[in-house]
Amino acid sequence: MSANMIELLVKSLGETCYMVLIAIVLATLIGLPLGVILTVTRKDHIMPNSVVHNVLGAVVNATRSTPFIILMVAIIPFTRMIVGSSIGTTAAIVPLTITAAPFIARVIESSLLEVDRGVIEAAQSMGASPLQIISKVMLPESLHSIVLGITLALIALIGASAMAGALGGGGLGDLAIRYGYQRFQMDVMIATVVVLIVMVQGVQTIGNALSRKLNKNKLS
Amino acid sequence: MIKLVDVEKTYFSKAGDISALKKTNIEVKEGEIFGIIGLSGAGKSTLIRCINMLEVPTGGKVFVDGQELTAMNEAQLRKARQNIGMIFQHFNLLASRTVFDNIAFPLEIQGMTKDKIAERVGELLDLVQLTDRADYYPSQLSGGQKQRVGIARALASNPKVLLSDEATSALDPQTTKSILQLLRDINKRLNLTIVMITHQMEVVKEICDRVAVIENGVIIEEGTMYKVFTEPQMETTQEFVKTVNDIKIPPIIDTHAMKQQYFPGARLLVNLTFLDSGESNEEKTGADQPLVSALIKKFGVDVNIISGKVDYLKDTPYGTLLVEIMGDERGIADSVRYAKDAGVKVEVIGYVG
Repeated sequence: MSANMIELLVKSLGETCYMVLIAIVLATLIGLPLGVILTVTRKDHIMPNSVVHNVLGAVVNATRSTPFIILMVAIIPFTRMIVGSSIGTTAAIVPLTITAAPFIARVIESSLLEVDRGVIEAAQSMGASPLQIISKVMLPESLHSIVLGITLALIALIGASAMAGALGGGGLGDLAIRYGYQRFQMDVMIATVVVLIVMVQGVQTIGNALSRKLNKNKLS
Repeated sequence: MIKLVDVEKTYFSKAGDISALKKTNIEVKEGEIFGIIGLSGAGKSTLIRCINMLEVPTGGKVFVDGQELTAMNEAQLRKARQNIGMIFQHFNLLASRTVFDNIAFPLEIQGMTKDKIAERVGELLDLVQLTDRADYYPSQLSGGQKQRVGIARALASNPKVLLSDEATSALDPQTTKSILQLLRDINKRLNLTIVMITHQMEVVKEICDRVAVIENGVIIEEGTMYKVFTEPQMETTQEFVKTVNDIKIPPIIDTHAMKQQYFPGARLLVNLTFLDSGESNEEKTGADQPLVSALIKKFGVDVNIISGKVDYLKDTPYGTLLVEIMGDERGIADSVRYAKDAGVKVEVIGYVG
C-alpha cells in the first residue's frame, strides 16, 4: 500500500471519528431526555402520562424503523437547513444524530427501568420531587448501564457512518467502497476493515471498563 | 400523632376491583410503637403506605402530626413527608452512593448546605454506630449494617414519625434483635412515634406497645400488645401468638395416647401462664402466689413440673409452666378451677397415662 493510500486511510479515520463522535454526543443530548420521558411517563412510574408516552414511543419507533440510507436522503432538506449544505462530512452528522437519538432513547429507557422501584419509592418517601428522583436516583443508579448502552449506540454509529459516503461524507466506509470495492484494491479493503475492527474493539473495551468502574453494586 | 379515618384502598382493574383495605380507623399516639401484624396479602403494606401517601387512599382521611395529608397538593405532601421517615425490608439504599452520601440524600433533597449535611450525617453515623463505614458502598455491608444506614437515612430530617415496612424480615434473628434494640432506643431517646408492619410475632413481642391484627384488608383485633398477646380473641391472632408461645411437650410424654377424659391413674397435662399485668386487678395477678404448693396442700394432688420459662412482652415479664397434675378426678378438677380463680391462665392439654 502506497504512502498516499496510508495518508488517505488516516484522513478517512479522522473523518469517521469526527462524524461519529459529534453525532454520539448530540444523539445522547437528544436521546437522554427522550429516554427519561419514555420511562417516567409509563403507567406505574413517577409521572404516568399515556398520551405523551405513546406519541413519543411511536415517533421513536418510526425513526428507528427507517433504514439509515433512506433516512439520510429523506432528511436532506432538513440537513441543508441545519448545516447549510447537504453534502460533506459535517452534513453527515445530522442524519447520524437523528438515527442514533431514538436508539439511545430506548437504550436509556431500558437502563432506567432496571432501577429498583423500592429505591425510587424510598426517595418519594423522603419527599423527593420527580426531577430530584430522575437526577439524583434514576440516572446515577443506572449510569453504568447507560454507559454500556451508549457504547452499543456508538458502535452502531460507526457501522452506519460507512453509508455517509452517499452524501460525500467520507470516512472509512466510504474509503473501502470507493477504493477497495470499486477499484478492486483488496489491500485497502482489508486495511479499512482491520482499522474498523480495532476501533470497535477499543470502543467496547473502554465502554466495559468505564461501566465496571461506575458500577458500585458489586462486592469488592 | 397519626390518625386514619375510614381509610380505604381499592385497586381498580378490568378484571375486577380489588379491595386491599376496607374502611380502616387507626390512632397512634405520640411516642408509641404501634405494630400492625398480618400475613402476606393481608393489606398491611397498603395500610402503612397510606400513612405517607405512597399509596393514595381511595377514601377516608389521613392525619399525621395534626395535618391532613389527604387534603394536600403534591408540593405540600412532599414537605410533609420530610416529617415521616420510612425504612424498608430490602433497605432500598442507593447502590451508587456511599453510606455517608446515602444518609445525606434526604438532606440534599431539602437543600441543606454541605457543611450542615456533614455535621448531621456525622451525628447519625454515630447514632447507628457506623462511623467507620462512612465511605463504604452498600454492597460492601451486611444486612444489619444496611438497615442501620436505612434507619440513619430515615432519621436524617428529624422526623416525628418512623414507618417500618417489614424492616427486619430479611435479617437473621440475631441481627433482628439488634435492629429492634436500636429502634427501641431511638423511640425512647427521641420520643419518636413508630409504626411497624410485620408478619413476625417475635418482633411485635419485642418492642410494640400496641398492636393491630389485619386480615383481608380489615383490622380484626387491636389493643395493647400485652392484652393481644395474652388474650388473643381471633383465630388468626391466636395463630400468631402460637408462633412465639408454642407449648413444647417433651417426647417422653406419649401424646398419642392422650385423652380428653379422665381415666384412673391419669395425669393431667396443663400449661400455666403467670401474667404480671399492671392492668388487671391487684388480687388476681397470679404470679405472686405459691400456686403449686397450694394445689398440693389443698387438693391432695401431686404436681410435676415438666418445663418452665420466664419471657418478656416488651418490658413486662410473664412465666409459663408446663405441669402434670396427678390425683383423683375431683382433686384435678378442683386444682384447675383454683388456678383459674387465682388469675393464672390455664390451658388444659389432656390426660396422659
